[in-house]
Amino acid sequence: MAGSEIAAPTAPDTVKILIAGGFGVGKTTMVGSVSEIAPLRTEEALTTAGLGVDDLDGIEEKRATTVALDFGRITVSRELVLYLFGTPGQQRFWFMWNDLAVGALGAVVLIDVRRPESSFAAIDFFERRGIPFVVGVNGFHGAHPYPPDEVREALALPEHVQVMLCDARDRESCRDVLIALIDQLITKALQSNGTGRLARPAP
Amino acid sequence: MSGGDTAGRLVRPFALTGGRTRPSRADFTLITTVTAIDPPPAWSARPQAEQQRILRRCAEPVAVAELAALLDLPVSVVVIMLCDLLEAGRITARPPHPVSRTTDLDLLQKVRDGLGRL
Repeated sequence: MAGSEIAAPTAPDTVKILIAGGFGVGKTTMVGSVSEIAPLRTEEALTTAGLGVDDLDGIEEKRATTVALDFGRITVSRELVLYLFGTPGQQRFWFMWNDLAVGALGAVVLIDVRRPESSFAAIDFFERRGIPFVVGVNGFHGAHPYPPDEVREALALPEHVQVMLCDARDRESCRDVLIALIDQLITKALQSNGTGRLARPAP
Repeated sequence: MSGGDTAGRLVRPFALTGGRTRPSRADFTLITTVTAIDPPPAWSARPQAEQQRILRRCAEPVAVAELAALLDLPVSVVVIMLCDLLEAGRITARPPHPVSRTTDLDLLQKVRDGLGRL
């Protein structure tokens, strides 16, 4: 970015976390619960690979496909803003996840215990790419029929992946899931840094 | 934020970009922060109406995704216009914090503290 790297002094640093999971599992609800703004929706127009840059013949097709992205914002400080992006839930939009996943700190995979299979693909996606994630079990009406260990076993999750029972409608519950993800990242960073320096004990 | 196209946009999105569907530079991610340069450089041409809308929205730093949502335009369309504005010297762009597999503890701790205050 030659010539454009000097940002205005007031521009904050930005990071993002993805909220993933099957269609209708509560992703946008979770974003809305912790975001300081009402979840925003933007559309990403999808272009067909291989079309020329100025290929006017392709315009009609290009118009046809758009995918909605819901996202929210948490201002951590004047210097740092965290964005939460709900990944498109429908299977046919998975290829978008690649773009979304680039530069993400990590992800929360939401699970609906009534149909956990709808979130299997999300788990696979993050596992294969080595993107850190935690699993949030979103209880229908806040009810949790299965303990975390049972969910972990059913999903065949590795030991280091945390499973949290949560309620996507509840701010504190969602916050705790996000904190669990950050704690997981901190643990990982400590291990790979090999410094053993503890930033601060968890409350 | 729109539930559909019922309002009926007068101009189809890609008409705003001269039919281009890809940005000329790949500098803009969803969470790249853009800020209008004020005052604009003397050499820059007067922006078009849609560019003016963008410039008004980014008088204060704003992320690309937010800008697109506020303008009710697809991200890709906004990015193409941002490229033009960047080249015209009307905005600055700040890339997101780089994230690696060994993200720095300092950043993580800041995020954690921020979440704790929610």
